[in-house]
Amino acid sequence: MSQKQEEENPAEETGEEKQDTQEKEGILPERAEEAKLKAKYPSLGQKPGGSDFLMKRLQKGVWGVVSYPLSLEPKGVLGMKSVEQKYFDSGDYNMAKAKMKNKQLPSAGPDKNLVTGDHIPTPQDLPQRKSSLVTSKLAG
Amino acid sequence: MTQVNTTSYKTIKLWKISERDKRPEGYNLKEEDGRYRDPTTVTTLRVPVFRPMDLMVEASPRRIFANAHTYHINSISINSDYETYLSADDLRINLWHLEITDRSFNIVDIKPANMEELTEVITAAEFHPNSCNTFVYSSSKGTIRLCDMRASALCDRHSKLFEEPEDPSNRSFFSEIISSISDVKFSHSGRYMMTRDYLSVKIWDLNMENRPVETYQVHEYLRSKLCSLYENDCIFDKFECCWNGSDSVVMTGSYNNFFRMFDRNTKRDITLEASRENNKPRTVLKPRKVCASGKRKKDEISVDSLDFNKKILHTAWHPKENIIAVATTNNLYIFQDKVN
Repeated sequence: MSQKQEEENPAEETGEEKQDTQEKEGILPERAEEAKLKAKYPSLGQKPGGSDFLMKRLQKGVWGVVSYPLSLEPKGVLGMKSVEQKYFDSGDYNMAKAKMKNKQLPSAGPDKNLVTGDHIPTPQDLPQRKSSLVTSKLAG
Repeated sequence: MTQVNTTSYKTIKLWKISERDKRPEGYNLKEEDGRYRDPTTVTTLRVPVFRPMDLMVEASPRRIFANAHTYHINSISINSDYETYLSADDLRINLWHLEITDRSFNIVDIKPANMEELTEVITAAEFHPNSCNTFVYSSSKGTIRLCDMRASALCDRHSKLFEEPEDPSNRSFFSEIISSISDVKFSHSGRYMMTRDYLSVKIWDLNMENRPVETYQVHEYLRSKLCSLYENDCIFDKFECCWNGSDSVVMTGSYNNFFRMFDRNTKRDITLEASRENNKPRTVLKPRKVCASGKRKKDEISVDSLDFNKKILHTAWHPKENIIAVATTNNLYIFQDKVN
């Protein structure tokens, strides 16, 4: 058993040396990237491995990503960016998409919360009307 | 007949997968299309016979295992005893019996009493292919713990801890994120295990805990793109890895629908692409090369033109043949060794 390990070592030494030089050349790009990130998000914490960061990842799903418009400002001390919703599987994704579509549909009937007859409406009170695509011949 | 375990969030299902290649024909009371025949029109009796049909693969759920996980399940692994299996989420690992769906035993629990003290989570777990008492689990900090279930009921104390020492002067903001292990797989022999972190694949000898015996760079050119990869969340992508049947070649996925294979004996590696545009069935795949910097040679692809939405996270290798399955976002590709 130990003999096998020794035989593997010589090959490993060269492999390791190669890796060392690779890593040394590699530090520079990684540190440069870190500097770029910190320049964009000055409030970024020192390291991302804190409990806040991990707990946020605990709550995320696994499948598919739907991107919401991201703000450049990170949320939270540890620099987490605004949440991209990830879904667990295709069923979950389709359900959420259906919900989104339903929310976007205009409400069918009159708004039940509006109280009518309570006061005399003024032009400012009225809901905004979409301007006609065709200007009326009667207008200015 | 095969059995497959799947998991969705927190529920585990055991499916039976079977092939059907014949169907009965010649019923007395039903037409071929399923409509019922008027019994008064039946004048003779016949014996239905099996006739061949186009192969159909069916999956039917056989067991549904009770909700025993608080967090999202990341791994399930059937034991070599074919009686038990484990399921792992971010903080706990449970042991189940395949026949018992309403109970499981917790064998690992790394949840701290105070969640503010949380420093690492479980990322993958697998049973040893031969020793039914041994399993490993990997963490978001790049460590792997080997546990022996004979030692105690709750395997909170590892038997072995595999960790590669890191030069503290090399540390950057990204170090811990890219060291997080996304997959761990034992070799078929059971002597080695392979781990996949964001940029590399490492082979560990179970007898040596202080460093891997082999390291293969999957896409080292991404090291100078870590800032954008963090911003678009790609740095958190979880790539899997797999061994071929003889443990001589390992394979893993990358971006741009590329996947990579490393031959452990010859130390040669190859990059191939799974895409419909370039490959008609039966054509031999052309090796790809990514140009990291400098002048791009003809046929090379520059790092900046890689499509990070086209990622190959899941790959599998047939245990005996040189047949591989590679999953892109929307398609599953099956490739085989070219027949000479």
